Amino acid sequence: MPKKNYVVETIRKAEMALVLAKGKRLDGRALDEHRPLKIQTGVIQKANGSALVTLGNTEVIAGVKIATGTPFPDTPDKGLLVVNAEILPLASAYAEAGPPSEDAIELARVVDRGVRESEMVDMTKLCLIPGKTVYTVFVDVNIMNVDGNLFDATSYAVVSALRTAKMKKFKVKDEKVEETDEVVPVPVERIPVSVTMARIGDTLVVDPDSEEEGAMDMRITITTDDDENICASQKGEASVISPAQVLQAADTSIKVGKEIRKLIKDAAG
Amino acid sequence: MLQLKPEKKQLINSKGVRLDGRKWDELRPIKLEVGVLKNADGSAYIEWGKNKIMAAVYGPKEVHPKHQVLPDRALIRSRYHMAPFSVDERKNPAPSRREIEISKVIREALEPAIIVEDYPRTAIEVWVEVLQSDGGSRVAGITAASLALADAGINMRDMVVGCSCGIIEDTVVADLDDTEDKEGSGDMPVAIMPNLNQVTLLQVDGIYTRENFQKAFELAIEKDKQVYAMQREALTKKYFGNGVVTSGEEE
Repeated sequence: MPKKNYVVETIRKAEMALVLAKGKRLDGRALDEHRPLKIQTGVIQKANGSALVTLGNTEVIAGVKIATGTPFPDTPDKGLLVVNAEILPLASAYAEAGPPSEDAIELARVVDRGVRESEMVDMTKLCLIPGKTVYTVFVDVNIMNVDGNLFDATSYAVVSALRTAKMKKFKVKDEKVEETDEVVPVPVERIPVSVTMARIGDTLVVDPDSEEEGAMDMRITITTDDDENICASQKGEASVISPAQVLQAADTSIKVGKEIRKLIKDAAG
Repeated sequence: MLQLKPEKKQLINSKGVRLDGRKWDELRPIKLEVGVLKNADGSAYIEWGKNKIMAAVYGPKEVHPKHQVLPDRALIRSRYHMAPFSVDERKNPAPSRREIEISKVIREALEPAIIVEDYPRTAIEVWVEVLQSDGGSRVAGITAASLALADAGINMRDMVVGCSCGIIEDTVVADLDDTEDKEGSGDMPVAIMPNLNQVTLLQVDGIYTRENFQKAFELAIEKDKQVYAMQREALTKKYFGNGVVTSGEEE
């Protein structure tokens, strides 16, 4: 999405390459160091769960809304979970209002994949009447300020919002679903952590900011779970990655993922 | 806890034989044909298992709308689209979020191979139409699209070839079909430029230990190279006549 200013980009890229060759970054971070991460949960009272995440200057807000609906035909015994993201026009000079862009769709789907494949939420517990009625969990993310690495910020917001989400309990009576007054947490079992790296020149850097994204050739996101399993990944941008670097990125994401999982756990909830 | 589990088909038996009789690292039958559409500047058709996919390339051509022109290189456009009749239940022909994402990753998988600097201010369009889908359609689409690009005479650094690996019943296997993709526990499509040994597409879902991740990834690259041999054969068949060039031909 960032519209590129070719002149500035080329000059900064050269400067960045010089600094990176010494194993440093323009803002002084180590190659595998993420920016300060702040997670605030329960910021929207009308949502079932919510989280405001700032990762450096990147700011996103996620809200969970839970209702009941019909399941997908191929998963009749499982609840429904949908992650959706919108890059708001107020988030950047280059964002435009309108239907979700290709980038926003990829963003939502990569985050969705991490949450889904890690089996973060036990979807079988969200089934009410198999094939007929299940809980539907919608997580919508608004990007408020763009400064690189929307993938990780969005993922942390979605995970934190789900971890703290509460829902009305429904009961099944005579093949009909009834709402009760009881409020229960969403059955969260695990914490997937997404770690995104950018390749600038030959170097992989964790949690790229906007400037680094402007200079990057390739982006890779790898999501890991509590047991250091890899559960989702996506390579992005029109460039290549060597097989050795894929494995290096996997190791980095496991390592950095551990640190970030602690931060997510420490956030309220 | 999951009541459906006992009824679930066993995807691979104790002898390592899969539902369709393949071994763990065996590909489905693949058929490739180059130059199959009259109007397109380049085209290719692929049958990979039950996948039937047509790829066409138009360009380099003028860019419309004009504001999308890139002064120093070609603009690459791509669309991955599934025909409404390509799956069990009719698919709405409007592009889904999945198709939009796949169109993007296909473009990003092919673009590194195209020497875009050779065609400034032009557009090169890659259309991938899935007529029948059977798991692994994006990598089959990439494999065909790369052939279509070569058929269109676009300058390229290398071919792009894809194959998917994954996990079924805790075993790493090559080339998942529809059932294995849906009922297995992981899918990893990987596309590479085989001569440059660079990865241009990598997507992962499922649960992989670090060890299984590496095993599946390396298996996918190995299988990519196997498909690449067929890609070469299809190209030589079109341009050098039937059976003139055999697999013993020098690089």
